Amino acid sequence: MSMDATMNPMAAAAAEIADMGASAVTADGDPIKMRGEKVCVHYGDKQALFDVDLDIRKRQVTALIGPSGCGKSTFLRCLNRMNDTIDICRVAGDITLDGMNIYDPSIDVVELRARVGMVFQKPNPFPKSIYENVAYGPRIHGLARSKPELDDIVAASLQKAGLYEEVKDRLDAPGTGLSGGQQQRLCIARAIAVSPEVILMDEPCSALDPIATAKVEELIDELRENYTIVIVTHSMQQAARVSQRTAFFHLGVLVEEGPTQDMFTNPRDRRTQDYITGRFG
Amino acid sequence: MFWTILLILAGLAVMAYFAGRSRSGQIVDGDYSKLHSRPSFHGGFLVIVTVLPASFVLVVWSIAAPRLIDSAVISQSASVVSGLGKPELDVFLRDARAIAFGGIVGFTDDAKEQAAELFKTYRSYSEVGMTVVMAALVALGFIYGFRKIAPRMRARHVVERTTMVFLAACSAVAIFTTIGIVLSLIFESLLFFRQVPVFDFIFGTHWSPQSAFEGAGAEAGDVNSEIFGAIPLLVGTMLITMIAILVAAPIGLLSAIYLSDYASRPVRAVAKPVLEILAGIPTVVYGFFAALTVAPAFRGFGESLGLSVSSESALAAGVVMGIMIIPFVSSLSDDVINAVPQSLRDGSAGLGATKSETIRKVVLPAALPGIVSALILAISRAIGETMIVVMAAGLAANLTVNPLEAVTTVTVQIVTLLIGDQEFDSAKTLAAFALGLLLFCITLLLNIIALRVVQKYREQYD
Ligand SMILES: Nc1ncnc2c1ncn2[C@@H]1O[C@H](COP(=O)(O)OP(=O)(O)OP(=O)(O)O)[C@@H](O)[C@H]1O
Ligand SMILES: [Mg+2]
Repeated sequence: MSMDATMNPMAAAAAEIADMGASAVTADGDPIKMRGEKVCVHYGDKQALFDVDLDIRKRQVTALIGPSGCGKSTFLRCLNRMNDTIDICRVAGDITLDGMNIYDPSIDVVELRARVGMVFQKPNPFPKSIYENVAYGPRIHGLARSKPELDDIVAASLQKAGLYEEVKDRLDAPGTGLSGGQQQRLCIARAIAVSPEVILMDEPCSALDPIATAKVEELIDELRENYTIVIVTHSMQQAARVSQRTAFFHLGVLVEEGPTQDMFTNPRDRRTQDYITGRFG
Repeated sequence: MFWTILLILAGLAVMAYFAGRSRSGQIVDGDYSKLHSRPSFHGGFLVIVTVLPASFVLVVWSIAAPRLIDSAVISQSASVVSGLGKPELDVFLRDARAIAFGGIVGFTDDAKEQAAELFKTYRSYSEVGMTVVMAALVALGFIYGFRKIAPRMRARHVVERTTMVFLAACSAVAIFTTIGIVLSLIFESLLFFRQVPVFDFIFGTHWSPQSAFEGAGAEAGDVNSEIFGAIPLLVGTMLITMIAILVAAPIGLLSAIYLSDYASRPVRAVAKPVLEILAGIPTVVYGFFAALTVAPAFRGFGESLGLSVSSESALAAGVVMGIMIIPFVSSLSDDVINAVPQSLRDGSAGLGATKSETIRKVVLPAALPGIVSALILAISRAIGETMIVVMAAGLAANLTVNPLEAVTTVTVQIVTLLIGDQEFDSAKTLAAFALGLLLFCITLLLNIIALRVVQKYREQYD
């Protein structure tokens, strides 16, 4: 009861903000899930991002591309405040999730990260069983009231990540014992298990072979139905295959952003053209 | 003599090195690419063939010669020494040697003077002989090596192999020392077990070896085996070790967590070395800290609660020992906690876990095997500790698990058994070896377990 009393106002506030945010749409009518305005990031004295304005559209895949060191990961990590774990990192500007500023002091990072999940470049399953890996998030956030409920969440997440058939007989086996591609899908399942609204992926396929990559790409395409996805990638083909929107970063500046199709067929900026045609990067 | 020769050999080695190097250059007219091995290897090769055989002779000769000379002198003065027992013979030889080469002489007589003359002559023969043999070896070796140097000569292989043999010899020293110690422990313990059955020793509950010699004229054969029961000592050891671990494990582990995951860099840079200084404090200092400060404090505190605390208590010794092993636990745990990949912490944080959740649910489980082995190493350190217990826990072999009473440990009893004048083959003295063997077996077992656990832990991240 007391639990509900504390939960309700917060939930209500969140819903209210969400309603406000839901009304935010882009010029061409797509609803906006996250929005960065004048985002500047410094690592110590070194500035890594300069006034980045970028809208992340709801239930679309946005790809971040650009040469190494241009700030793609930095921007991605701003979106769920993973940069908080780096002492020397300072973030300025506004980043909103459904209209709510995620750097507002009243925001609980834990709750934010439950809504904006993350998949890392290198598969990093915990040294626990497959089941425990997926159950980790729901347990922390108290999403399951009973063991059967937790079982259902685990199974459903593994299913959505396209891994269930391969591991259903050995959920107690260690997650570290899976192949690289399976591990990465396990990490995706782990992220899905807390029912996030946005999933951030930092080069999720860079440690995988082509077949495992194809599976993960297929998965990303399916996940788009329910989730908003931001993916950092070095592969132009991958961006073309999985994303609807592409943003090109160069030296900490967002050079241009647009529908993936247009971006690859006729980029507006000279630098984008050079990068896409492989003249630098 | 020995050191002079060694110095000369070192000088010869340097010369041989440069000789070999320049020779290898000469034979190819400075075109080093024609050499199979680099010139420095030729230098090394020449050093090896020149100096190594002679050094070997030096060492063997220096060890063997005094013995040979002794026996030669004895056989020459057979008429004098034939009637002497071993101690008298030793005195005779020692005095004769002192007359010959200087030293403190007990008293002199003609026989000793004669023997001293013999010593002098034999030793000069020996020295001349050794010098000649060594000089010959050096010369032959140098000539052989010098002429052997050729473009296709595989000097590198010789040098590498010799280096390997030398390194192996060094590690053999450590290994054989260990084996020697263990063997001597075993043999002396066997002597003890001939007098006291193993069963009585390991399972006996009464320990009072001081009473072994009460009855006058007691023979070694009549040893009362019931007073050599090691159980009270083992229980005392375990009690104190347990208290120590109860103190050290939480404090050490929690400070390791703080240092690795919470402390800012400057705090860590100061706190970690300071914590490690704890490990550098001599145990005797901990001992009187325990005996003079902690034990009376516990006693006073216990009395105020109406408890009777003996002034030497297992509790005081255990607590202070726990403080002593904190750095072992914290430093080793800190290392294993740091070894948990950052990516796991990020993964957990990315799912919305707080720092403490991440540590409790991801970092600690991943580091657990390493932490366990840190604890086991700390335990074996605590079991082997003597000084604190001698000073703070007492000598009374009470069979009790009450931490407020005085107890004693295996190590302390080894010390008390060997203090003072003892016959070397009495059961009482030999009991020390048996206790040593027991202690060795326990810590060995713990170390093996710790190693196993660590190995398992290593496999996890591969
Ligand atoms: N933890 C950090 N401390 C200091 N500087 C950092 C840190 N992380 C990133 N940077 C700097 O910020 C800039 C952007 O880095 P970022 O990791 O965002 O690049 P990226 O676009 O993801 O590159 P890549 O494609 O190689 O992953 C780089 O110049 C980098 O040196
Ligand atoms: Mg990156």
